[in-house]
Amino acid sequence: MTERHDVILVGAGHNGLVCAHYLAKAGRKVLILDSGDNPGGAAATHEFAPGYSVSSCAQWLYQLHPQVRRDLELEKHGLELAAKDIASVLLDAAGQHLTVLGADVRGDQISAGDIAAYRAFHERTGKYAKLLAKVFAARPPKLVESNFTDRLSLIRLGLGLKMLGRDDMRDLMRIVLINIYDLMEENFDSPQLKALLSLDSVQGSHMGPRTPNTVFGYLYRRVGEVFGYQGVAQVKGGMGALGEAMAAAVRAQGVDIRLGARVNSIDMIGDRAGGVTLASGEHFTAELVVSNADPLTTLAGLVGYRNMETGMARRISQIRCRGAAARLHLALDGLPNFTGLNGQQLGQRLLIAPDMNYIERAFNAVKYSEISKAPVMDISIPTVHDPQCAPSGKHVLSATVQFAPFEPAGGWEAHRAGFTERLLNLLAEYAPGIREQVVASELLTPADLQRDYGMTGGHWHHGELSLDQVMMMRPFPGATQYASGIDGLYLCGAGAHPGGGVMGLAGRNAAREILRRGAVA
Amino acid sequence: MKKYDAIVIGAGHNGLTNAAYLAKSGLAVAVLERNPYIGGATVSRELYPGWTYSNCSYVCSLLRPELARDLELPRHGLQVVPYGGGVTFKQDGDYYGNYYDHNRQYREMARHSKRDANAYERYSTDVMKQTRLIRPYLLQRPPDPSSLKPRDLRDLLGFARSFTGLGEEGLADTLKFWTKSVGDYLDEYFETDVIKAHLGGTGVIGTALGVYSPGTAYVLLHHYMGDVDGNVGSWGFARGGMGAVAAALAKSLQAFGGDIICDADVDRIVVSHGKVKGVALKNGDEYSADIVVSNLDPKRTFLDVMDASDLPADVVRKAENFKIRGSSGKLNIALDGLPTFNGLDKRSSLMLGDMHFTDSLERLERAYDDWKDETWSKDPYVDMLIPTQTDPTMAPPGKHMMTVFVQYAPPKINGGEWTDADKAGFEKSVIDQIAAHSPDFRDLILHCETRTPREIEAEAGLTEGNIFQGELTFDQLLFNRPFPGYAQYRGPVRGMYMCGSGTHPGGGVMAAPGANAAREILMDLRRPDIVPGGYADD
Repeated sequence: MTERHDVILVGAGHNGLVCAHYLAKAGRKVLILDSGDNPGGAAATHEFAPGYSVSSCAQWLYQLHPQVRRDLELEKHGLELAAKDIASVLLDAAGQHLTVLGADVRGDQISAGDIAAYRAFHERTGKYAKLLAKVFAARPPKLVESNFTDRLSLIRLGLGLKMLGRDDMRDLMRIVLINIYDLMEENFDSPQLKALLSLDSVQGSHMGPRTPNTVFGYLYRRVGEVFGYQGVAQVKGGMGALGEAMAAAVRAQGVDIRLGARVNSIDMIGDRAGGVTLASGEHFTAELVVSNADPLTTLAGLVGYRNMETGMARRISQIRCRGAAARLHLALDGLPNFTGLNGQQLGQRLLIAPDMNYIERAFNAVKYSEISKAPVMDISIPTVHDPQCAPSGKHVLSATVQFAPFEPAGGWEAHRAGFTERLLNLLAEYAPGIREQVVASELLTPADLQRDYGMTGGHWHHGELSLDQVMMMRPFPGATQYASGIDGLYLCGAGAHPGGGVMGLAGRNAAREILRRGAVA
Repeated sequence: MKKYDAIVIGAGHNGLTNAAYLAKSGLAVAVLERNPYIGGATVSRELYPGWTYSNCSYVCSLLRPELARDLELPRHGLQVVPYGGGVTFKQDGDYYGNYYDHNRQYREMARHSKRDANAYERYSTDVMKQTRLIRPYLLQRPPDPSSLKPRDLRDLLGFARSFTGLGEEGLADTLKFWTKSVGDYLDEYFETDVIKAHLGGTGVIGTALGVYSPGTAYVLLHHYMGDVDGNVGSWGFARGGMGAVAAALAKSLQAFGGDIICDADVDRIVVSHGKVKGVALKNGDEYSADIVVSNLDPKRTFLDVMDASDLPADVVRKAENFKIRGSSGKLNIALDGLPTFNGLDKRSSLMLGDMHFTDSLERLERAYDDWKDETWSKDPYVDMLIPTQTDPTMAPPGKHMMTVFVQYAPPKINGGEWTDADKAGFEKSVIDQIAAHSPDFRDLILHCETRTPREIEAEAGLTEGNIFQGELTFDQLLFNRPFPGYAQYRGPVRGMYMCGSGTHPGGGVMAAPGANAAREILMDLRRPDIVPGGYADD
């Protein structure tokens, strides 16, 4: 059977849905194909034990672009926040925690000097994040083969830099390439504060605080603040509810979403992408194919190296996409007892990362495909704000765990139980008695995340967010501005500019670019 | 009080180069040196009877040929002898060798991996592209992107043009190269551990970063952008040791009428009403001059010999935050004869070059993990040479001198100073590694001088023992070196300049910072520019 659409979109991740929305709004007939059973991709909720459900990949909402949110009318389509302005709390085993929300930092161990230094630091880096946010909201400019639009955005960027003022401009150009470790040492004394901020800088990446470029990771995260998020927010019903709301918005535009439809290949008609074939053998043809899958899956997997030049194939194979974050989900028969926290405080973003060297050592392991002996954790207890995720009186704890390799020596099955055990012991140091409360547990390794969400290497960002893979180098030289290097095929996922995180900008920018170029009539 | 037009603090190769150009222009110049001998880290001394050790820098390639020619260094006795070879010994008893002959090199690579042998051509071309791009900028002042002065704008435009000339993809490839780690870069080309390790070690020499730290691919260039006799990328020995470079520069300086004053330990730079007046020595002597040039590293310059009250507060802060990390140590060894390694023939050409024992990037990276934990690498990366095979003047006939550069050694051990026991432990880890591949090595050792960052700092005056006078990371390169706003060799006080490796283009015995600083000084004095610029290759 052959059905004709203007655009076939591979993958119903949040960026795919956003992209489809804008294309459909402009009158294009769009078909979305996704292998999963639910829309949203990594914005997913799943029931990991009877009655217990959890945001199984992305857990916090903190970067979704306000215009995307408005344009898709997500609130109308069912998006509800269970809580917002959630502070980050760096846990201390003795209960002397450090709490950061926006420009404010509180804690028993923090000095007045650090509080003031953090405020100044926050303000200064906030300016840089604002500049970055502008860059993120547009396609990345080409530098050589630039047209008028590119030159305009380059001039805007240059002006933006100048507008920072001479000192801040110089400061930005100095720090943007360095590591967060040094920047923290330059600015603060408190090991807790340094650890909290450097953990933010390496979230979801294959980097430690000492790795150069991690300041960029920090600024990347801070972009969320420019988009109106103070701290993080929690979606009611889990991140899957965001996927559902987006899907509803997209369907309202007349887009066809087919779930359970695994795309096996993107088909070439001559040297142009012209359709897809499903695992079931079904064919679809379209004027344009847009892929929300990561660049490696799209180009190496679905298109295949045989359909491109060697040089391009080589560049694609070199995309660094090593996931290093795992997910731990626990079903608990009561609210855990974290030392020094109670009630609503447990609904905050709880972090285990005592100091920067601890994080760095946790990272050391993954460089050699080993599992961190003392990992860092980003913990959420969603049931505090949203009790419906568990049976009455019961709770769910979910944590992003770093660092875990894609494939440890001996394979994950040899390590899964031991690693879960290690994590439970670590949690028990901060929440005595939690081990006894565990009813069920689930560990999703980077390999599992690849399997469940189709992300190569289990990498959240569809490719490392390192300076050699951002802007016009993202996803690889020769494919920028959402083109893939293959005619008739565009990229709209996190692998394209600006990158991962539930932001929606890759999808929106891609749709704009496709329409602007008249790629589909 | 003696009066000069200009005083240069420190008789390192950059200080001497700087002074030579000032003297050549007709200024009365004196170079003040703390040690009883000149050279700074470009030094050779007889530290064991009959043996000359170049106990800091040990090989030569980066010295800008434009300067060597212009200052007539060959006439003043400098002779650089290229060396070939190079080998990485594997733990399984095999080795990977580096040959001068193209076909021989291909066969050696293919012995390990045919794919790698084919990739090498592509790798060399790509690295050479980056090398050619950067070479013309070595003898140029870095433009200040935050400035609107015509000269900066012109330079920036020129800079931008040479980049846009690469084309969109070429430019992106270049930006990637500049921001990538040497490990990732090599992984793109090669599959064999030992080949990657052999090529990758140079990306971290002298650097407190690991092979998988982004930014280290650029450090690779510091290994490729030099030349010997016009052969870009090749390396050589200065005959008689690296001290010969300093000696030739000194003779050139003296020929132009400049003075060198040893045992002159500078206490401070005298500043009055925002202008430099001269320098005061620790022994009470004073020299007056309207121009004072510091060849010291930025930390020593601004935190030691200058008074905080003479400086803007931001400069003091920037100097405090300046990253100058000790990460290397060195062993200089007098040998009774030539040792054998992994069964390699003593006459093998491979032994003429740099020898290593680290046969995978993972071992290199783990060596870095030790540095982060504030201890010396238990399985270090060594860059070992026996220069007496090429230059027999450095040891008695039939005997040999071995120089072993060691990465990594931290400036402090677990937060404390290096103790003699630490030093012994450091030495042992290096000797053990070499001996594991050479059965007769231990018995041949006559004398061993071990230098940890502590000794390097004490003797050469390099803070923390950092051989480049500051990390070569992007926050400290080009217009950021040593700090933003002060990257054009001018200090924050009128008449004060910087000419050390802490300024653009950085360390390695290049002499470019000294020459570039001289150009700026002469410009400020409205004297003709006599400092040669960089020439473009072919």
